[in-house]
Amino acid sequence: MQFDAADLSELIVLCRVEIERHCEHLGRLDSAIGDGDHGANMRRGLEAVYRERDAISALPLPAALERIGLVLVMSIGGAAGPLYGTLLMELGRGMSAGEDDEADFAAILARAIAAVARRGRSGPGDKTLLDVLYPVQAEVAGHAAPARIAECARAAAQATEMMLARRGRASYLGARSVGHEDPGASSCALLTMTICHYLKEHAPS
Amino acid sequence: MTPARSANVGIVIVSHSPLVAQGAADMVRQMVGDCVPLAWTGGNVEGGLGTHVAGILAAIEAAWSEAGVAIFVDLGGAETNSEAAVEMLGPARAAKAAICNAPLVEGAVVAAAEASGGSPLARVVATAEELSA
Repeated sequence: MQFDAADLSELIVLCRVEIERHCEHLGRLDSAIGDGDHGANMRRGLEAVYRERDAISALPLPAALERIGLVLVMSIGGAAGPLYGTLLMELGRGMSAGEDDEADFAAILARAIAAVARRGRSGPGDKTLLDVLYPVQAEVAGHAAPARIAECARAAAQATEMMLARRGRASYLGARSVGHEDPGASSCALLTMTICHYLKEHAPS
Repeated sequence: MTPARSANVGIVIVSHSPLVAQGAADMVRQMVGDCVPLAWTGGNVEGGLGTHVAGILAAIEAAWSEAGVAIFVDLGGAETNSEAAVEMLGPARAAKAAICNAPLVEGAVVAAAEASGGSPLARVVATAEELSA
């Protein structure tokens, strides 16, 4: 699909609403294994992007993504800020450097996720948002439909419940971190699903 | 800032708690007076527990020295946000900003003592990190 300024602006609104709606839930997930501020932090981040949405949407998509990343880094606060920020900034940088077709997007996404992994010094199975990003990228690379990618994101977040946290504050809990869904994975799935549902509704028939 | 002060490596303290950060800074001051550039940041943008990149950047600027700055952090987000802040300094200055793998209070005090003698950044960092070895 052709993704224009109106799409980006509407997606920003939808992501903000979705995080707002799940803010308490994310906070509860984080209270179980962390410091309990993930919902509030994400809400602050999305609010900051929302306030700048007109200026952001006026930019070419790669520059807009980079700008969103920077706003998230500066506003989210907790460890999630630099992680989401890195993802968006690297996506933007990758898109401004490369071609704009689908195969390239999967490769750009893979590189952006690798940058997130470096920033968090984490890998697969560490019970982080990466455990959603890796399978989502695999679906994108396999040209899956948006609905399928959304399902994959939710299932991937749920699968973090049985993982043992190896990064972040949850790792201090050791085995007690098992049995709780990771809040970062959960917010990542919510945002992925919001984007996918929008793409599904607005894809050319 | 006097030339003598800016010649020494600066110390930056980053905690989720402003009280912890300020308390650690007080202990550093007691140890070395004002012969080492020192700044602290603590709390999120709303004043609650947490850390944020803008606050860390401001602290780095406040404690900046051409000899470099050693940064001390407490938990996860403080480290990740400090890394993001250092990256935003640009490559030339980022090379002079080291995030230390050391306990916040003890590390900052030991590093400041080392810095007050005019040691280079690498030496200041190594001395602090010996605490974790």
